[in-house]
Amino acid sequence: MNDAAERKLALSHLWVAFIAFILACFMGEYQVLERSGFIPALESPTVYFASVSTHGVLMAFVLTFFFIMGFSYYIATTSLKMPVWNYKLAWTGFWISLLGTVMAAIPLLTGKASVLYTFYLPIQAHVAFYLGATLLVVGSWIWCVIMLVMFSQWKKANPKQPVPLAMFATAANAMLWLWTSVGVALEVLFQAIPLALGWMDTVDPGLARTLFAWTLHPIVYFWLIPAYTAFYVFVPKQAGGFLFSDEVARAAFIVLAVFALPIGFHHLYMDPEQAKGWKLLHGIGTFVVAVPTLVTGFAVIASLEIAGRLRGGKGLFGWIGSLPWTNSMVLAVILALLMLILGGFGGVINASYAMNAMIHNTAWVPGHFHLIFAGTTVIMYFAIAYYLWPLLVQKPLFSNSMALIQLWTWFIGMGILTTPWHVLGLLGQPRRISSVVYNTLLTLAWKPYELAMIFGGLILLGSACLFIYNLAKTQLNPVTEEFTQQIEYAEPVHPVTALPEYLNDFKLWNKVIAVLMVISFGVPILQFFFMDTFGSPGWGY
Amino acid sequence: MKIEPITPKNHDLIGKVVDFIRDFCTQIRSVHVDHLERKWINIALLVVGLLVAIITIDAFFHGINPPSKVETIDSAKLHLSKEFAESNLGVQIDDQGNITIRMVAGRYSFFPKHIAVPAETKLTFRWVSMDVLHGVHIPMTNMSTMIVPGHVAEITTSFPKPGEYPVLCNEYCGLGHNHMWSNISVVAKEDWLAPSKLTANKEIKQ
Repeated sequence: MNDAAERKLALSHLWVAFIAFILACFMGEYQVLERSGFIPALESPTVYFASVSTHGVLMAFVLTFFFIMGFSYYIATTSLKMPVWNYKLAWTGFWISLLGTVMAAIPLLTGKASVLYTFYLPIQAHVAFYLGATLLVVGSWIWCVIMLVMFSQWKKANPKQPVPLAMFATAANAMLWLWTSVGVALEVLFQAIPLALGWMDTVDPGLARTLFAWTLHPIVYFWLIPAYTAFYVFVPKQAGGFLFSDEVARAAFIVLAVFALPIGFHHLYMDPEQAKGWKLLHGIGTFVVAVPTLVTGFAVIASLEIAGRLRGGKGLFGWIGSLPWTNSMVLAVILALLMLILGGFGGVINASYAMNAMIHNTAWVPGHFHLIFAGTTVIMYFAIAYYLWPLLVQKPLFSNSMALIQLWTWFIGMGILTTPWHVLGLLGQPRRISSVVYNTLLTLAWKPYELAMIFGGLILLGSACLFIYNLAKTQLNPVTEEFTQQIEYAEPVHPVTALPEYLNDFKLWNKVIAVLMVISFGVPILQFFFMDTFGSPGWGY
Repeated sequence: MKIEPITPKNHDLIGKVVDFIRDFCTQIRSVHVDHLERKWINIALLVVGLLVAIITIDAFFHGINPPSKVETIDSAKLHLSKEFAESNLGVQIDDQGNITIRMVAGRYSFFPKHIAVPAETKLTFRWVSMDVLHGVHIPMTNMSTMIVPGHVAEITTSFPKPGEYPVLCNEYCGLGHNHMWSNISVVAKEDWLAPSKLTANKEIKQ
């Protein structure tokens, strides 16, 4: 099938994602240097917070949104074997999101939106920042519509057939994102923009925090689902084996999507505007959503074991050595799982209701999410890029060994960056400070860890540059040989011929989500309209 | 694998729900799950259930909860409020011996800038913000809460070890965020002087 149009669509999205990524990597290294205080000439809170805000927006919203959209268009067209529905609309979404990115980048880079990527009210940014962020999200909604239309079109054309797992996961992500984005959309449309334009004099920061918490947790799963998709649909094949189980994978995606949503209050454990019962309810949900991750870990390792044994590995651990470690997808998944295990331990501490008090908003928190997001998730983005790039540009990858070095250095760099970061949090360092000026003995213990973080950051920056170089070289390589490689999806051990409708569709699950959201967010949001609340005026920074 | 369709057999609402649940369970059983995977799912559920049980039991029976007293206040008029007027801030002890510490967070410090409290004593902190979102943490202790404008953040805790501790803002509140800090002295219980006695002592010296 001629998929030139889809390839162009996917490549455009992915390039925007990775350009945002490399810019943000340079900012990240500057930030660790600035924060350490080793180079006094660098010190400037104005530049630092403009940089941190831009770094966060580029990594959390631009890299992820564009990567997910580009990846999904290609997954949809290749797994369903049909063209992307409505190219014009897809390109409109792309341009709207890109316009939003540029519109938000201007105030960010000029220091007019140093509100960090969480933009907690009542600190207020230039209105262009909020409008830009809104457009970025609107563009992503167009992507959601296209994914769900393609999903249902395929189902109509293939009644009672199981939707290919890759597309099932992608559609789950589109549905998840529609639900997820509502919280922050309400906050931005009814609070941030009217306040920034002067239409409203005050906003309720407690309500803003609550709405943001609606989005803040499931967005993490929105970022993560492409990585999990690759775990299930690419890794087993690349390792030379089969997917352990297809049905359970679908169940895992459903539980992820359903339970990622009603649990956002674990970000508000320490907040005064919500009562303890609601926090505990969300806390329990947080543990429930750990189950599909544990199941995914099992399925991936079991699939790898099948592959390792098919390749001649023997004994309890012999199969690990016989895995194709030189395959970038296989190497990435092993490193991703290692980081997921470590980050998962940290996550359990964060999730643990009262224990969270020890590490809440300390340096532990950015340490944790860098390990899980920039580690586990982004390393899978790399692996997906290495796998898709040759297919997208119809040329072989410029250098596989460079890709392997890049993945290893990313893993090592992430370890050197995030381990001290966690320790700093335990030693009491707050997050989001631009330098250490506290006149207390406690800060003496922080110095060596800050030094280590600079080196970790440097390794990561070098690794990121290798990644971009490899992709660019692949695309610019003047080879003329015909390229015949096709995308390969993993086959399950037991082929799935029929599925219960609820494992093949989201109608039931949308209803379940609606009920859970009403239960867990209904009263906590409505209370702001029944209590005597006092608004806050907007503040500069 | 045999899959039975979800069809309504009874016509009243309860009947429909019962039918639905029964069909749902039948379908769930018809799905192929490898026995190893089933075992692992059970282990995962058990681990998660154990963690949830510990947290829930602690919350219900030992009262271990994060600070969650929902109480509103007009952050723009703190100076006019009785409780958070400047003269009323800091450590206070009532007739029953309960110690309450009232603190205002504002860019860029916590006021009063220095307080002294007894170790190994139940302390109730009441934090309010006079401007934007702040967070406060006393490192090496569990005295941690967000301070959201419009709300009073109340937290009860005690400090086991005497010493000098910093009080740090841990939520971005503006370009001077890293300058937002103050001090707390945790004094051995027997050496601590209640604020009223403190004032009295000063008067004697003068």
